[in-house]
Amino acid sequence: MIEDKSICVPGEVLAIGMDTLPGAGTYREGEKIIANRLGLAVIDGRTIKLVPLSGRYIPKTGDTIICKVIDVGFNGWRLDTNSAYSAMMSMKDATSEFIARGANLTQYYDLGDFIVCKIVNVTSQKLIDVTMKGPGLRKLDGGRIIEVDPNKVPRIIGKQGSMVVMIKDATNCNIVVGQNGLIWIYGEPMNELLAIQAIRKIEKESHMSGLTEKIKEFLEKNRKK
Amino acid sequence: MYRELRSHIISLLNAGIRLDGRKLTDYRKPIELEYGVVKTAEGSARVRIGDTDVMVGIKLDVGEPYPDTPDEGTIIVGAELLPLSNPEFELGPPGIQAIELARVVDRGIRESKALDFKKLCITPKEKIWMVIIDICPINDAGNLLDASSLAAIAALKDAKYPSFDGEKIDYKQKTDKKLQLEKTPIAVTVIKISDKFIVDPDVEEERVIDARLTVSSIEDGTLCAMQKGGDFPLTIDEISKMIDIGIEKGKELRKYL
Repeated sequence: MIEDKSICVPGEVLAIGMDTLPGAGTYREGEKIIANRLGLAVIDGRTIKLVPLSGRYIPKTGDTIICKVIDVGFNGWRLDTNSAYSAMMSMKDATSEFIARGANLTQYYDLGDFIVCKIVNVTSQKLIDVTMKGPGLRKLDGGRIIEVDPNKVPRIIGKQGSMVVMIKDATNCNIVVGQNGLIWIYGEPMNELLAIQAIRKIEKESHMSGLTEKIKEFLEKNRKK
Repeated sequence: MYRELRSHIISLLNAGIRLDGRKLTDYRKPIELEYGVVKTAEGSARVRIGDTDVMVGIKLDVGEPYPDTPDEGTIIVGAELLPLSNPEFELGPPGIQAIELARVVDRGIRESKALDFKKLCITPKEKIWMVIIDICPINDAGNLLDASSLAAIAALKDAKYPSFDGEKIDYKQKTDKKLQLEKTPIAVTVIKISDKFIVDPDVEEERVIDARLTVSSIEDGTLCAMQKGGDFPLTIDEISKMIDIGIEKGKELRKYL
């Protein structure tokens, strides 16, 4: 068995023997457990899982994501999830308002609009169902969208949202972070830029320790200018 | 499609700032220019403006002149927009964008008389040099037009004739004789969004343009070519303003050559 927290490449044998179980990002082949992707191996009791260091977003039930409307159908919307699979939002999940038969659905969400939504179900075929019913789920008006590495999203949010709250307080911006790596930012032009710079810095230095302190310093230094 | 993005960009422009924090008529930094990046080409150059990255190669070939210009050489400009550089590009025959790119670069060089076509003639009516300019974007992060024009003129500056014995060209042996550049046309694309003029758009800004005007000028500020794009018309006043910006920015870009 390999050491805890070591970096693995696809195809690397992580452990031999039936005592250990393959977790996310790994698979079993005979006696061996093999890595599926590039990442940090984490040994948790009997299971080995990989925390990915790179790669696209993979949809997961319960994730709050930012999506772009790419098609308006007769009974719902098709959304781009910034992953290999597109999501479907049906009319009943879209709004609590009453939608009359044959209504023009573009008055709710039009082509190219960005929305915050939650994944309710992902089938084995990666068909994604999302909903807009829940706190904080809405259409995003104004502001701008930036794209970050989805694997760095937990670092951008921080423990209990500490990092993103810090950026929000320092820049007075509205920020919504989607699990799929899209981030919506809305505020004063210069503050927006500062927030983006801070997020890019987190993305670049996500592996360092004491990151929160560093970002705090960065924000304070640049805010005065 | 990009209503939200457009209104956001316009509100930023009204505050005198762009999406990435630049001023309205600032180029992205750094602008880098490298000569001789392709060994098999007679001349080559690579230009980076911000994240945009373009390579241009020059091939020299001997051919027959056109019947109406028996004592003049010629240039052929081709652009291939590789899917590698932008997910929206697809393989296959060149589309409108690729053809426009090639033509804008071609016209800048041709109409400014940057190359004296008479000097490309070997024997009138029989043999001339053909200068083949190939544009190859490595990464399209906006403003391919300006980057390609700059790279093309830099590659021409770098180009040397291969040895030619009157019958065959030996591409393995380069001579010291350089392709003579008379002038250096620089193309600057000026963008109109709402009532504001900007240069060097990034990908997001390119999506929401009203109109664009590519202005090619030479050293002394003489205009040599223009290309209008975008869906909206331009008034005479707007065009002269855009030309002024284009010529001024062209002087700035020329320093990198």
